[in-house]
Amino acid sequence: MNYIWLGLMVIALVVGAINGRIDAVTKAAVDNAAAAVEIALGLIGIMTLWLGIMKIAEKGGIIRILSRAIRPLARFLFPTIPSDHPAIGAMLMNLIANWLGLGNAATPLGLKAMEELQKLNKSTDTATNDMATFLALNTATICLIPMTVIAVRAQLGSANPFEIISTTILASTCATIAGVTAVKLLQRLPSIKKSDPNHQENISPSKEEGHHVG
Amino acid sequence: MLDKLFAAPADTLHQLVQIGSAADSSLFVTIMKTFSSWAVPVLIFLIIILGWYKKVKVYETFIEGAKDGFNVAVKIIPYLVAILVAIGMFRASGAMDVFVALLSPLTNLIGMPAETLPVAIMRPLSGSGALGIVTELMKQHGPDSFIGRLASTMWGSSETTFYVVAVYFGSVGIRRVRHSIAAGLIGDTVGLVMAVIICRLVFG
Repeated sequence: MNYIWLGLMVIALVVGAINGRIDAVTKAAVDNAAAAVEIALGLIGIMTLWLGIMKIAEKGGIIRILSRAIRPLARFLFPTIPSDHPAIGAMLMNLIANWLGLGNAATPLGLKAMEELQKLNKSTDTATNDMATFLALNTATICLIPMTVIAVRAQLGSANPFEIISTTILASTCATIAGVTAVKLLQRLPSIKKSDPNHQENISPSKEEGHHVG
Repeated sequence: MLDKLFAAPADTLHQLVQIGSAADSSLFVTIMKTFSSWAVPVLIFLIIILGWYKKVKVYETFIEGAKDGFNVAVKIIPYLVAILVAIGMFRASGAMDVFVALLSPLTNLIGMPAETLPVAIMRPLSGSGALGIVTELMKQHGPDSFIGRLASTMWGSSETTFYVVAVYFGSVGIRRVRHSIAAGLIGDTVGLVMAVIICRLVFG
């Protein structure tokens, strides 16, 4: 993330300077900072609503039921999470919201899932393998009906605005499979393994001193 | 070269998608739309009823969970500002053209029209930015042109990886994201490449 952020900023500043667009770059920085805060604040209401509902779901046991329902798949994707842990149920609800294109509900449910995953994390600032897998599922999510783009197509007078649904589902299924495969393969790399906060060697105190992560 | 490689499954795929497309406009969409609009109210209803049945104090529990809402939203602000500012500056600088020039030899190999490359580069960075490009392309070439269909498919088949990573990890204070970005981008890339291949087989 460090290099990506650095790369984006440096490229923007250098290319902006060469192109003579440095004013536009500065304006974009200021505008986007304001927009980011607006987005975050805009989340407060919907976030509060869903976190409240999810607490009831947790205590009422519905999340546990969901967790058990997908046990075989969960065991494959998240081998270290106990199969009736609320994290599984919360992740499932987030993914379903994504499939249905319920953008409003998807983010709060995803953040609830992250909160549950963080409870299983031995570190405060480093991602676990399970988090990476969840993110891979999430960033390559299958959207059953991409309503936004269908609306634009309809508006521009397409004869069949919906004809891209099948191609989209196929392509995003491939994306999801590739993302999960990538995350599973990458976590076997020695350097990635070493930075795993839940990896045995990284948490046993005797080895910690000689084994600095990072 | 790619066409030959995919010639055999192409027919089957084509037929499958044709069947899918025929159903698209009618039944499938109606079902999905109904499902989408009922999902949230039904879910909330079930959660509350089940909670009440299990003798959960629903009101108190709601408040207990809901009080974190503000904190979570505020907590993601620094992460969101960092990533959105970087993306905004990148877009405004015109660096996109440089990337298009650098990547076009590669994308020519898989038969991706050069016009759709900006969609591919913008998609993981900004959903609305990419949608703007898709809209522009469809205005120029028509929504039912190959470019229009491909751009639409590309938009739908991947996610704004950087935004999701910033917000999700930000909410729990994770700064070292390890291999998540790499895996997310691999997923996006495969999604975009497959969008090209599938669209060529189906609409090409």
